[in-house]
Amino acid sequence: MNLTLRIWRQTGPDSAGAMTTYEVTGISPDMSFLEMLDHLNEELILAGDEPVAFDHDCREGICGACGMVINGQAHGPERTTTCQLHMRHFEDGDTVDVEPWRASAFPVVKDLVVDRSAFDRIIGAGGYVSVPTGAAPDAHATPVPKPVADLAFEHAECIGCGACVAACPNGSAMLFTSAKVVHLNVLPQGAPERESRVLDMVGAMDDQSFGGCTNTGECATACPKGIPLSSIATMNREYLRATLKGGARR
Amino acid sequence: MALATRTERPPSLIGTVWHSTVGKKAVMAVTGLIMLAYLVAHMMGNLKVFFGAGEFNHYGHWIRTVGEPFLHREWFLWAARVALSASVVLHGVAAFQLSRLDRAARPEKYRRKRHRASYATRTMRWGGVILALFIVWHILDLTTLTVNPNAQQGRPYENLVASFDRPAVTAFYIVAMLALGLHIRHGFWSAAQTLGANSARRDRALKFVANALAALLTCGFLAPPLGVLTGVVS
Repeated sequence: MNLTLRIWRQTGPDSAGAMTTYEVTGISPDMSFLEMLDHLNEELILAGDEPVAFDHDCREGICGACGMVINGQAHGPERTTTCQLHMRHFEDGDTVDVEPWRASAFPVVKDLVVDRSAFDRIIGAGGYVSVPTGAAPDAHATPVPKPVADLAFEHAECIGCGACVAACPNGSAMLFTSAKVVHLNVLPQGAPERESRVLDMVGAMDDQSFGGCTNTGECATACPKGIPLSSIATMNREYLRATLKGGARR
Repeated sequence: MALATRTERPPSLIGTVWHSTVGKKAVMAVTGLIMLAYLVAHMMGNLKVFFGAGEFNHYGHWIRTVGEPFLHREWFLWAARVALSASVVLHGVAAFQLSRLDRAARPEKYRRKRHRASYATRTMRWGGVILALFIVWHILDLTTLTVNPNAQQGRPYENLVASFDRPAVTAFYIVAMLALGLHIRHGFWSAAQTLGANSARRDRALKFVANALAALLTCGFLAPPLGVLTGVVS
């Protein structure tokens, strides 16, 4: 199949970018979107042009490295990561717009590559459990009820790809932050830092250039891991509870 | 060496809430719910217009005497006015500040964007502006009677009919009430979400209540002007 691609090209963080049109031929419907871009890049390299830069790593949909906005949708038309999106979901002759995540907190590094270290700063503020080092604890030392374990796991699935921020009209990181807050706050291991975690992580989130939540729900529709919108409500509840408990930001 | 203890004063609760996006949204949610509760009472009061000038005017005068003899005449009315004005201002200021932040967080638009959010969700900001303008007009029209040329102090029923005898006023009123319905449709559910009262299990019920409240208030508020328009109220 043949496609017309309009790809955002930008040589560096401070240079102006523009949509550039490429005619790509000989695409197999079994290719992933990234393999299709590899295919384009091979042709670009052979022609002596600069290949399109994009982030990728595992290509199994579990690492969260890849991500681009395809036809205005984060990760494209299917609810999966870009690496797991296959060309069979496009029609021969389609024109496909490919853009980087757009958010002040995610500055473009080059072409489709954005800097997502703002997420790392949120995680660094409280997205962990402080445990004493030493021998591994016995597996049954801390009982976790099955529904709680399932809830925690549902939120632990977040791969930090940034699709929620890219899809949100406000460039808000609420879904990402809430995934980690809920994941750790529902578990007994996370209980000692329950209040400081949510206060510090929301504080770190507000310190980046993310917008606020207007409950549009676009994040949860774009999330390739299905983090539910209700986790934002849970984080809001945790935040208000921690604030009222007097745990003003440390 | 002794370890230093934490002695600095922690930031105040109000400051923490107002300076965080989550806290500011909670302020919007609470003020929004205060205004929503008022609107339900206001709408029910309005419907008395269908029971004639006597009952409606009696109700209008009773509002001034609520709480007597414990409260002085009009104290309750002024307390409500202060609380509602504070709510409107806090709601609007928070919305303005958050919107500025939101716009700055997404400076570059996508070339081809498919809207997945509902119409009500996407019109919250401009709908809110319409409602703010409407509130100003509404107070000038039916409370202070400044822009109601045929109005007389102390005769709310006659003033209401005189106001809606002007087609442009009725049209503006209808637009504002439709905006109100849309605002509540997203706003009520959104407030539940912001205050952490929502969950996957309650989501559908809350959306149903939001839609029901929106429909009820819109219809209830549209009834008096449509009554005047059709001559049922005159």
